[in-house]
Amino acid sequence: MLLYSFLFCGFICLLGQIILDNTKLTPGHITSMFVCLGAFLDCFHFYDVIIEKVGGGALLPITSFGHSLIHGALEKADSSGFLGIFMGMFDLTATGITCAIVFSFIFCLLCKPKD
Amino acid sequence: MNKTQYEVIANRHKAVENKFSNSIISFFSGGLVGLLGEGIIEILCNYYSYARDDASTIMIVFFIFIGSFFTALGFFDNLVSIFKCGLLIPITGFAHSMTSSAMDYRKEGLIYGIGSNMFKLAGNVILYGIISAWFFGTIRYLIGGLT
Repeated sequence: MLLYSFLFCGFICLLGQIILDNTKLTPGHITSMFVCLGAFLDCFHFYDVIIEKVGGGALLPITSFGHSLIHGALEKADSSGFLGIFMGMFDLTATGITCAIVFSFIFCLLCKPKD
Repeated sequence: MNKTQYEVIANRHKAVENKFSNSIISFFSGGLVGLLGEGIIEILCNYYSYARDDASTIMIVFFIFIGSFFTALGFFDNLVSIFKCGLLIPITGFAHSMTSSAMDYRKEGLIYGIGSNMFKLAGNVILYGIISAWFFGTIRYLIGGLT
């Protein structure tokens, strides 16, 4: 599993680097593309299979952000119908987003930019 | 000097970026990040008897913390120039883009500086993530067969 996560996470980063080097796209484009890719892959629970096989290496790249968005949405839609897509969107990613906001707020109050 | 001559000279002085070594570096650095994440999960599962879901949440929190902390200390950009995409694609890049835009606009005040500009770089990820998740989720819901 350690080897698998090394290979998978490395492969995603390799893909990003190749796109970054050979086109004029910025990292912002690439991360948005990968989020869409993750959401697309989990449309038929394909990404879940990858996570079961790969483990932590599949949770770290930004594709897993899209995966957990759509996964929570579909889980909620299962129990409460079409509105569940709107209700359950942030169920799984809430930790990541909240942590990122809290940490970046605290750190930007504490530290000064170096320039 | 006409345009073709200018282009020749400009090309000669352009910084040569070796694409092949860049991709190898980003493969290994990204792989190391993934390895570290899986390693943390395994350690938490085996030695501290966490459930696997809890362990992966702790791992993600840890990586977001690392990303923001290194950005706040100011050497995340140096790391990116060494390790290339291997640090931008994992969730550390997400934390980095939020912290760096918050710190850049800090001098404009708490509300209009930090508050309005925190999502300047990370907003595209959230917006397109939600739009695509909603779109694909709706398609999946209409096709049916949710289990």
